[in-house]
Amino acid sequence: MKSNPVMILGLTLIAGLLAVAPVRAEDAPANCEVPAYLLTSESKLPKVETAIAGDRRLEILVVGSRSSTIAASEASAYPGRLQVMLKEALPKVAVNVSVELQVKKTAEEVAGGLVKLVEVRKPTLVIWQTGTYDAIRSIDPDDFRAGVEEGVAALQKAGADVILMNLQYSPRTETMISAPPYLDNMRVVAQQHDVPLFDRFSMMRHWSDAGDFDLSSTSHGPDLAKRVHDCLGRALSKFVIDAAHVNPAQQN
Amino acid sequence: MSNAAVTSAPAITLPAAGERELRLDLFRGLALWLIFIDHLPANILTWFTIRNYGFSDATEIFIFISGYTAAFVYGRAMLESGFVIATARIMRRVWQIYVAHVFLFTIFLAEISYVATNFNNPLYSEEMGIMDFLKQPDVTIIQALLLRFRPVNMDVLPLYIVLMLFLPLILWLMKWRPDVSLALSVALYAATWHFDLYLSAYPNGFWAFNPFAWQLLFVFGAWCALGGAERMSAILSSRITMWICIAYLLAAFFVTLTWHIPQLSRFMPKLVEQWMYPITKTDLDVLRFAHFLALAALTVRFLHKDWPGLKSPWLRPLILCGQHSLEIFCLGVFLAFAGHFVLAEISGGAGLHFLISVVGVLIMSGMAWVISWYKHSADKNASKKKGAVGNADMAGGG
Repeated sequence: MKSNPVMILGLTLIAGLLAVAPVRAEDAPANCEVPAYLLTSESKLPKVETAIAGDRRLEILVVGSRSSTIAASEASAYPGRLQVMLKEALPKVAVNVSVELQVKKTAEEVAGGLVKLVEVRKPTLVIWQTGTYDAIRSIDPDDFRAGVEEGVAALQKAGADVILMNLQYSPRTETMISAPPYLDNMRVVAQQHDVPLFDRFSMMRHWSDAGDFDLSSTSHGPDLAKRVHDCLGRALSKFVIDAAHVNPAQQN
Repeated sequence: MSNAAVTSAPAITLPAAGERELRLDLFRGLALWLIFIDHLPANILTWFTIRNYGFSDATEIFIFISGYTAAFVYGRAMLESGFVIATARIMRRVWQIYVAHVFLFTIFLAEISYVATNFNNPLYSEEMGIMDFLKQPDVTIIQALLLRFRPVNMDVLPLYIVLMLFLPLILWLMKWRPDVSLALSVALYAATWHFDLYLSAYPNGFWAFNPFAWQLLFVFGAWCALGGAERMSAILSSRITMWICIAYLLAAFFVTLTWHIPQLSRFMPKLVEQWMYPITKTDLDVLRFAHFLALAALTVRFLHKDWPGLKSPWLRPLILCGQHSLEIFCLGVFLAFAGHFVLAEISGGAGLHFLISVVGVLIMSGMAWVISWYKHSADKNASKKKGAVGNADMAGGG
């Protein structure tokens, strides 16, 4: 067949890459740069801004599914890391990040309970991570959008700033879970409600493409998850500070 | 024999039998390559696929040309041998596509089972929830056979099956009044949007390509094949049409640009955004359809039927792929699965990505060449006995 020479070339290259791969995996640098455009948003967080400048108290609530935690090491998950990094960046502000896990619920189901959560916890900022379960269940993207819209509107009405966080980039399940309709719809809702979107998907894909992480790794340990969540927490803290127009230097 | 067919049916006209529209094969081949590349994770080649430069993508091309060739092949059969014979041939084709779909599904099952047993990273414990359907294979497999459960990237063939099922009716209507048929198709499209018609899927949701909406492209292709294209030639060759098309394509290009370069989105008026988004693929958004029409109109204008380049060996692989579309489409879906798999197993970066895409396209071309060799050389004696008409695959598959 025509493709034989190419196949041989391909196999040679693959063999070469295989030889290189283990070295790269061992280096394990927590080097996870994020392109600047992913860390900035045109939408603002006015309430966070006043909370930092005025009250010196910042109460953040993360509402998310299972990808907002790491089994058996919750403190290493991105909400915990976010708290640590925000405290570092804003030493004069009392930062508290709490997590409300809504496992195996669609956006529509979560949206219904958001107002109550805000009433109880009174957060300045709600970071709503959603989309994964809807994508797994292939929920009608229109219904999904309606659910996210309802939730965002309810949160804004209840007096909290909102950040939307989209799905994880997951190369192993790319042929099984169709993320694009959910990513697109979250982008649309964020734009329409003037809410910053933390593009977790693009960030993780960027890290994967740049070789920072091997996201297809078959390893069963929590190590990779911890390193990825650390990077997510770092990026998220920069994102919050940027959207709230806070200059960390002024706070010190 | 073709002259007799034309005169006996005043309503529709068919091009002469010997004339093979190489442009159709060329662009269907191109659509198959693009679909394959779009099904792989994004890489350098993805930037060459048309979905990055406008609203429509390769699926539109594929469905339109499928409608065109199917009407061409089976329309002739209907004129020459009658409704029953043509329907019988169409049903045989439907069965072939169905079997191909089920074959691809088994490969998908094997892949997902492998991932379920070997991949258990805590980072993705939520995403692994997709494996839950493996706990109920009885239900899932039956739903897959009913075309209600479709894995990602396996939505085109079920759409194709449904469209082909209705082809006898479409052709029968076309034989009576082509323009009325097209008007009915537009009406169904409008009703789909107005009454929100859809086919439900398993475990929930609906068909990713809504057949009620996508039939418009298929029927439009059939209408063009049965004389519509000729009657439109005055419109197609007018300069005004050309400039409208160019202006629309440029506008669409700018809008797509704002997706890739978020900084540009501030130049988009909010009102336009609100009116325009979301541009749904499921229901074949009017903007997508218009984008395809503009592309097609410009292509027909600038690429002539007798352009000598169509016979050049460089375009031969594309044309061969287009001539054996069902087989090559299935192969493409399989290769995309395989490509994902290799990329997950070996983290090779952009170079490997590119290599996989190129190797996939070469395999598709090689396979198309082998199939055409079978048809022209290995099966020569058999096809002589059967006579020239019988085989739909010979004429491009439909």
